[in-house]
Order: sequence, then structure tokens, then C-alpha cells
Amino acid sequence: MINWKSNVFPGILGRTCDRPCEPACRRGRVEENNGEKPEPVAICRLKRVAADFKDDIRPRLPKPASKKNGKKVACIGAGPASLTVARDLAPLGYHVVLFDGDNKMGGMIRTQIPRFRLPEEVIDEEVGYIDGLGIDFRAGKRVESLKALMADDFDVIFVGSGAPRGRELDIPGRQEAAKNIHIGIDWLSSVSFGHIEKIGKRVIVLGGGNTAMDCCRTSRRLGGADVKVIVRSGFEEMKASPWEKEDAMHEGIPILNFLVPKEFTHTNGKLTGVVFEKVKAVYDDKGRRNLVPTGEPDPHYECDDVLVAVGQENSFPWIERDVGMEFDKWEMPVVDKATMQSSIPKIFFGGDAAFGPKNIIWAVAHGHDAAISIDKFCNGEDVRNRPAPTVNLMSQKMGIHEWSYDNEIAPDERYKVPHTDTKISLKNIKVEVELGFDVGLGFKEAQRCLNCDVQTVFAAKQCIECDACVDICPMDCITFAEDGDEKELRARLNAPAKLATQDIYVANGLRTGRIMAKDEDVCLHCGLCAERCPTGAWDMQKFYLELTQAGPACRDRHDGLARKAA
Amino acid sequence: MTYLAKPRLHHPTLPVNKVGYTRRDYEGKVSTLCAGCGHDSISAAIIQACWELNIEPHRVAKLSGIGCSSKTPDYFLGNSHGFNSVHGRMPSVATGANLANRDLVYLGVSGDGDSASIGIGQFAHVMRRGVNMTYIVENNGVYGLTKGQFSATADQGSKSKRGVVNSDSPIDMASLALLLGATFVARSFSGDKQQLVPLIMAAIAHPGASFIDVISPCVAFNNHPGSTKSYDYVRDHNDAVNRLDFWPSRDAITVDYAQGDVIDVPQHDGSIMRLRKTHPEYDPTDRLKAMDMIGQHQAKGEVLTGLLYLNPDAEDLHAHLNTVNVSLNQLTARELCPGSDVLEKINASLR
Repeated sequence: MINWKSNVFPGILGRTCDRPCEPACRRGRVEENNGEKPEPVAICRLKRVAADFKDDIRPRLPKPASKKNGKKVACIGAGPASLTVARDLAPLGYHVVLFDGDNKMGGMIRTQIPRFRLPEEVIDEEVGYIDGLGIDFRAGKRVESLKALMADDFDVIFVGSGAPRGRELDIPGRQEAAKNIHIGIDWLSSVSFGHIEKIGKRVIVLGGGNTAMDCCRTSRRLGGADVKVIVRSGFEEMKASPWEKEDAMHEGIPILNFLVPKEFTHTNGKLTGVVFEKVKAVYDDKGRRNLVPTGEPDPHYECDDVLVAVGQENSFPWIERDVGMEFDKWEMPVVDKATMQSSIPKIFFGGDAAFGPKNIIWAVAHGHDAAISIDKFCNGEDVRNRPAPTVNLMSQKMGIHEWSYDNEIAPDERYKVPHTDTKISLKNIKVEVELGFDVGLGFKEAQRCLNCDVQTVFAAKQCIECDACVDICPMDCITFAEDGDEKELRARLNAPAKLATQDIYVANGLRTGRIMAKDEDVCLHCGLCAERCPTGAWDMQKFYLELTQAGPACRDRHDGLARKAA
Repeated sequence: MTYLAKPRLHHPTLPVNKVGYTRRDYEGKVSTLCAGCGHDSISAAIIQACWELNIEPHRVAKLSGIGCSSKTPDYFLGNSHGFNSVHGRMPSVATGANLANRDLVYLGVSGDGDSASIGIGQFAHVMRRGVNMTYIVENNGVYGLTKGQFSATADQGSKSKRGVVNSDSPIDMASLALLLGATFVARSFSGDKQQLVPLIMAAIAHPGASFIDVISPCVAFNNHPGSTKSYDYVRDHNDAVNRLDFWPSRDAITVDYAQGDVIDVPQHDGSIMRLRKTHPEYDPTDRLKAMDMIGQHQAKGEVLTGLLYLNPDAEDLHAHLNTVNVSLNQLTARELCPGSDVLEKINASLR
């Protein structure tokens, strides 16, 4: 439920997320083979484990509101951002109306992510939980005019229409060979709806993002035997997540880099291939990269079909420019980054529609923020006055050597997620490639976690400076020393604290007048300092962050009952 | 004690010494002593000292008797030789082992019960014979394993945890070692590793009987007001005669002193020992004055720490006995059985 409450789509994100969390994971700092290829904990895949192996959660879900509050919210698009808004607001009594051109909810989750990465049942289940809250879904009803919608009786309009337009590649031959040149995201959704079931034997995918990876891997499953990805940039700078590149290459798809498409070649209206210009990266004094031609002859790659996946754009042809909404010079609506409010107070944005293409987890975050704003707006409050998330610290001590969290840290390297054999997965587009961790493997992977949620809390008053914590600490995190300014102090700790962005924990009030300094950088939170402490000066306390979500708690005026009780 | 083994993971910048080991490689099993025991800090200091001295763990023999202190060799130098002897008999075993194999580093770890009560006779003889070893007494003034009765080093007038006042006169181990002829005598405190680690290094490097009396508070039975061996009491009454810096070789010197009263003590093995005087008049090579100073401090209830005495021209038992220069296991039949001609000569010399 913790997973569901803030992520909204644990099973979906557990398979498809861009994992902005994993680069922040500290595990890589302490790996035995530091330097070679330290890997974070597989946070994303563990969230999938939690989603895969849960019991029936339906009894725990919020119930549809028994009493409506009379407010009507229109959500444009039924993708992750709108669904999050609906999930947060419907239980509060809002009448949420979702408009989408497609017949099912899900947006890009359903249309653009290939089935071999995300089975439809998972989408149905998680979208279904939201639908079950009593959402008014207007299937197949695309909003064509904001003006008309504004004239309707909605109190609030939320725009979660995504970035639905694939960027064009306008080079010679584009028009003539149009029959065999497809825009990546449109092609993917056609595949997803079953409109397209075949592609030529030789396919070139242009672009280096995750859409390009989905395109090439889908092609392999629809008859593409010789599929190549060709990118302008270098391999390292490609936008695609490293693991998606790996998965593509694992399926026998080469990625060629530093090639800029110059021309589509064709005979009699049929595509024959693509001519590229070879380039190299040159960095100017400011460190900016320029791709300059190497002067080598232009290579020509033959192919039957080309998929263009060179980026996505927002498009708001349905927003009349005279409704009073402010747009910036890139034709993007002006949206407040914290409140998600546009220049028209009752219109809010979220997901890719707000600040351009990002990813699902950002859309969910926007949805939560917008829901808070909408709730406050409908209660006549200032949307900018938002409460901070609440935090809670609770001691984990159960006994002398017992903690209510698992403090043992495994030295293991990151576990690989088992995959279906490519022989089977390439034959059927619906066979899921990643099988996910089973319980045993998931448990082992979770043992790599350094328990960042558990804090070492120090009480100087109780400390007798016996050095027991210093001696037992496996990571040499703790030092008792004379005070000094931070820079100088960092250098003379037991292990120098070199990571300046990581705060050090300093406590004074010791009997000898020294200070205790702890470098959090590589702390395992194994709790040995607290176990070896004779006086209980160290305690392990679990930190819990409760993110702000829409509801009465966010409002300035709580209901009368609470006030009377006080 | 703890149920969780110390994780193998370590700090990414953990340095390696000249013989290719990290400090963690000198650790032993996880301690089963009470949390906060001073003995664990001494174990950590021994680990640090051996790492800094670039000693190969398999070149160390650690010996002990019985008691909390004597359990500690299990908690450091997990890859060294060890001998846990009968109560108070560690010195005899150490003497024998040292005679048989003079090439190892001998580290004796004992407590105030093991060395000042049951083993005091053994202690006396290992010191006066000058066995080349480092003898560390982890001195807490109580019998911890039997719930905190006064030991022979408890100060007269100090109070037990239950409120009983000690009426017996204490044995001062450092004075005793000086009296008996130890050639390196120091005192330190488990809560001050900056002082303790260089002292252990210097003691190991010293080619004779070195003795360190380390006050090591017993958190369970002797860390209360009225005790003279508690963390607070020792911190308040600690008077260091000098601060010692020790480097295994001249190129390893890392600290420069601008001025002050500093003396370099030459070492036969090329290591550098530098004393920063905190008592300008104190001369650590004067044995009688050292004994006098210890006595004066004791009378005031103060604890004199630092390097108390050093004989730079120390000799050890092997020199006294004129033994063979190699360890006995290196001797082959050729040396051990030189033949009837040699026997004839020896017999002739005795006629």
C-alpha cells in the first residue's frame, strides 16, 4: 500500500520506470569491487516484486466517495498524470471526468509501451483500481476545443494530454518514400492496437531514446530480421536507459553511432535505404558538444522500413489561443512548477503536457501536486500555501540485539533479473521478456540495501566516549575529535569525508569538549554502533516521509470537529 | 556482544599497508565482551599498531591467560598464532615460545587479575629475564568475570559498585615492572588511542621486555562515581608526561614540529621514536626518577601516563643466554649433531 499510495502504478513502474532513484542509491559507493562497475540496489525491480507478490489489496483501497462534494473536475487525457489526479480526488468526493480519444484508460502506458515489456493485465489491474473509485470515463471522446470545455460546468480542468506528437525528420526522400517511413510512437500505438502486425525484413530505427529501443525490439518481433539502431550522438550520450540499450543488443540489434541521417533513398516510391554522414564529437571551450563531419564518404545502409524515433513534442491545437492562456516562446503553456497551475486559475497541467516529455513517475508526481492544488482551489484557498511533507522518526530497538528492521547487509553484487529465452520471446510480441525476481532472488537483492531510511541518532549527553562505536564501525564513519571548521574537520576524520555534497553529522556537548562527527557517506546503518554502545547514546530510528497528498490535511482550515476538540 | 558479524564491506578509501593488507585484515572475531568495554578499544589499538608497523599477521604470536582481558586475543589478529594458557601462566609459555622461535613478534595480553594476583610471580620473572615481548595489562581494577570484586590493582579507598570501600593497598604494575628490570615501561588509557597506538608500536619495536599498563574501565562493574578506574575519573586525573610519535622508518614521518621540546630516540631497527615533552623536567631514561614520579602522582590520586621509562641499550634473554641466532626450527641435523670430532673437543675442554 505504501508503494501504491505514492507510486500509483507499482506494477507498471516496476517494469518500465526510468529509475531516477537508482543513480542516487548509495550502494554503489560501498561495493567490494569499487571502481569497476558499482551497481545500485535494483529498487525498480524490487517494487515490481512487491507488486507481483502482493495479496488481494482491494479491501484496503479507498472506497468510492459515499457523499459527493458537488465539485466537477475534467481531466483531458487518461494517462498517468490524469489517473493520479483522479485517484487522489475521487475518494474525496469529487466528480472526476476523464476524456480520452482511446477506448481504454492508460494513455501512453497502454499505447506506446510494447507488450513484451508490460503485459496488458498489469495495466488493466492498476488502472482498474482507479476506475473502481467511481471515475466518469468518457471513452473515445477526444477534447477538440478547450473553449467548449471551459463553457461546460466543470469547476476545474486538468490537462494531462501528454506529448503526443512524434518529431518529424525532414530530409530529402521523406515524402517520396513515405509509405515505408513511420513515426515511432504512432507506429508503436498502431502495433499495440493490432493495426500493424508486420514490418519489412531490414529495419533501421533512427533515434537513441527509449522509444527507439521499443521500436527496434518491437520490429524484431514483427518480422524484422536485420534491425539496426542508428544514432547521431555517441553511444554513451544516448538518451535511452543503459539497461534498455543492453536489452536491445541482447536481442541481436546493433547500435551504430555518430551517423547523421542525410537522405532517404528510394526507387519507384519504395524505400531502399538511408544515407548518413559520419560525424565526430568536438567540444568547444565551454564544454559544449558539436557534431562535425569527419569528411569520410557517406555510408548508405539498405533497408525496407525506417522508424523515426527522434523525439516527441507537445501539441495543443485544441487550445484556442484566445481563451486567455499564456504560452511561452516555445508554444508551451506557462505552468507553475510547484502548483501546476496555468495562467487561467481553474486550469492545471501535469505529465508531459506540463513541461515537455519526461517519464511516468514525473507524471505521477505532477498528478499528486495538481490534485493538492485542485482541492485547495475548490475550497477557495491559496494553492501556493502548501504544507510540507510530514516526517516521522521512530526508534527501532526491540531488545539488546534486536531491531525491527533487517540490519544485515549482504556483500553480494547486484542480481540480474531473469529473462525469457530470446528464442521464445522474439516469436511472440506478447511474451514478457523480463520475468521479474522471484521471492528468493528479490529477498537476496533486498539484502544489499543499506537501509537509508534508518537513521543513526546520537545523544551526546549519554555518551561516555568509550570508543566502542568507533572500533566496531565497519565503514570508519565515526570520529571523536577536536572541533574545527568543516573543511578542515572533514580531512582529519578517521576516513576523510571527501563527498562534499554529503553532510556530516556533528554533535557537541560531550564531556571532554570534543565533538562526534559521523560521515553519512558510506554508512551501512548496520546498527553495530548502537549495539556496542553501553549507554544507549546511539539509537537506530526509522525515518518515514509522508508526502503531502490532497485532502483535508492540506487545507488551511481543518474541519470544525478538530478545532472543537482542541 | 553482538549477534551480527561485522560486515565485510569497508570504506572505499581504506588504505593498504606495505605488506598489502588493510586494517580490516588485522581484525579478529566480533567481541563478546560487554558493550563499551575498554578492552575492545585496546584490541582496536593493537590492530591499528600492527597495521601501521606493516607486520605480517602470521609473524605474530599472541598469548594470554584467563579473564576478560585474556579473551581479547580472539578479537584481533585473526590470522596470527595464539595461545590461551592456564590462569596467570602466560609469561612461562611466552618465555618458552620466544626461546624456541626468536623470529616472531610476541604479544602478551593479560589483566590485573591474571598478572597482579594469580600470575604475579610469573610476571616478575618474565620482566627480570628480559624476554623480548610486549606485555599489555588491561587494567580495570576489578574481577569482571566474577561480578566486580576488587582486584589487586584497585586503589585503596576506592568504592565498588555496591558501595564497599577497598581497604587493601594497590599493586602498581608499572612501578613493579620498573623495579623488576623491564626496559620499556609505559602507561596509557583505553579511551585515548592517540596516546596508546604509538606506545604499542614502540613497545613492539623495542628489543627487550616492554610493559604497558593500560587503564581500561569496566563499564559493567567499575565505571561509577567513587571508582578510580572509570572513564570520567581517568580523564580528569590523567597526567601525560609526554606524547609519543612513532614511525616504522624515517621516510614515513608525517608530522613536522615547528618548535617545542622534542627529542628523537634512536632505535636499532631504523624506526623513529619522537617524544614531545609535556613535563620539561621529565627524563624517560632515568629509571629511579620515573619510579619516584609515579609514586608522587599515585599519592595525589593522579594517573601518570605516557612513556615512563626506556632503556635505549636494552638486551633480551637471548643475548643474556648467548643462544643461537636463528629459531630452533631452522636448525638441521648438521648444526644439532656436529659429529664426534666436536664432541671430542668439548670433552677435552672439560677434562
